[in-house]
Amino acid sequence: MEILVCARRVPDTSENEIQLNGAGNDIERDELVYSINEADNYAVEEALQIVTRVGGTVTVATVGGEDDEEILRREMAMGANHGVLISDEVFGGSDGRGIATILKGFVQKGHYDLILTGIQAEDGGAQVGGMLAALLDYPFASLVNSIEVLDGKKLKVSREIEGGNKEINEIDLPCVLSIQTGINEPRYVGMKGIRQVASLPIPTYGASDLGVDPGLVGEAGAKVKRVDYFVPPQGKGAEILHGSREENVDKVLELVTAKGGLK
Amino acid sequence: MARIFAYIVHKGGVAADSALELAAAARRIDPAASPTAILTGWGADLDVACHALAASYPEVWKIANEALAYPNAELIRKALQKVLPSNSIVLVAHEHFGIDLAPGLSIKTNSAFVSDVLDIVEVDGGANLKVVRQEFGGQVSVHVRCDISSGAVLTIRPGAFKPLEVAAGSGQVVDKSSEVGTLAAGRRYLETVVAEAGDVDITKYNVLVSIGRGIQEKDNVAIAQELADALGAAVSCSRPVVDAKWMEKSRQVGSSGKTVKPKVYLACGISGSFQHLAGIKGSPFLIAINKNPKAPIFQVADVGIVDDILEFLPELTNKVRELRHVA
Repeated sequence: MEILVCARRVPDTSENEIQLNGAGNDIERDELVYSINEADNYAVEEALQIVTRVGGTVTVATVGGEDDEEILRREMAMGANHGVLISDEVFGGSDGRGIATILKGFVQKGHYDLILTGIQAEDGGAQVGGMLAALLDYPFASLVNSIEVLDGKKLKVSREIEGGNKEINEIDLPCVLSIQTGINEPRYVGMKGIRQVASLPIPTYGASDLGVDPGLVGEAGAKVKRVDYFVPPQGKGAEILHGSREENVDKVLELVTAKGGLK
Repeated sequence: MARIFAYIVHKGGVAADSALELAAAARRIDPAASPTAILTGWGADLDVACHALAASYPEVWKIANEALAYPNAELIRKALQKVLPSNSIVLVAHEHFGIDLAPGLSIKTNSAFVSDVLDIVEVDGGANLKVVRQEFGGQVSVHVRCDISSGAVLTIRPGAFKPLEVAAGSGQVVDKSSEVGTLAAGRRYLETVVAEAGDVDITKYNVLVSIGRGIQEKDNVAIAQELADALGAAVSCSRPVVDAKWMEKSRQVGSSGKTVKPKVYLACGISGSFQHLAGIKGSPFLIAINKNPKAPIFQVADVGIVDDILEFLPELTNKVRELRHVA
């Protein structure tokens, strides 16, 4: 099975506190630690496991710039066969539809049976997978938390729905699936693994290579644009305890007891 | 102003709670709007849900089709394409169904798409909407401008809009079924598998010691378990703990896990995503312990402590044991 995983490099929220920059038009990006978007990493692992079972190749593609190559190398160290950087000045400022339009151009250059995305990026809208499927007229399923290959033409997929229940579907190939976190246990990637793929070539494709109309992508094509960032308004807000740890422990115990938690 | 539609999810003849929240969002876009509800399905449940909703919406479009007996977003998207007028604004609740349906619908209707909208702050001449979203798990908010001149699809965060209370109305149900025709898609619903019960029923406890990513590794779950044992409480958790396979899915609190109603909820190393908070009902006393002072959980907690749970919880456990021993 030929599998394409669309991935992104994002600021890692488990490593950073996200704050506004001085102008309020972006987050403060200096000194941020970036990594592959968590759900995308699960998608790559899932692709690798499918290929282990039924054969095929895994290609990881990202729309971005030179800095984004690092996540491609990381996923190649995990076992992805190919990394592809999709990069062009005219792609800057693309909204979800723009990114999906660019990816459609790339998909149509190759022959993929299965296209995976992460369910959502840390700064994203859980949108590109569904849009890409609609542009390609492929079937789509979101929030996928298990995949079974039935035969060369269909999959059995489970979607995460309310209350921890699972919705089981059969879906025809080729299709697009957006992958929920927790679907598998992504393998560890060490520095050694990344060094081993450091010199592998990463091809780059631009708008003209993919036959993408610059008018449909980037700022020009975007119907949706960020205006500014702001700190979410505080609700009533917690009463923050400023005592010593010992004082805070006593206070918590007192509160738990008072609120009927301890008998 | 474009016509506004709300796609309403329903089950067993009852519309989802989000139905009136979508009506409120529609009125925020256009105070003079007569939003139209759209319901799809098959059989008596659909009729009951449509008629009940006619009390709250001036017009309810009913799409009855045997293929829609189960709400398969792939089929419903095709049905909506056939009935929606061009340049419509379509609102859908941002949950597992809306996430499945909406992005593709915006492509098929050639309209703008914004997901997980928390607020609508400005409507500029019917050509642009300015809405509020969150990024990075709610650590920052963003104003987003959306060109609605060729329509829009918006998913609306459940709970973000106060449900619109309307007098028992006289809305009409319009049957649009004949405009839809035969529906088929490359994805077919097979069955729903109900979640396994798990060893501990976290919905039955007065106190939950709930852990998040801040617990850092599987071995540290014992730190929370010791506190829970001392308190006579159970350990529950947020999604990252289940994703990492440190706890069973049955321990997860949230929209994709369990809904709990304890008296006291100790959120330990939990950032406080809206999906997690959606699983906490009955307004428990919420104590948050997190080493990140910016964690969104501090906005909704009653009491907050900025500290490392790996150090704080053992001390709390010792104190509880001392107290119990003395008693």
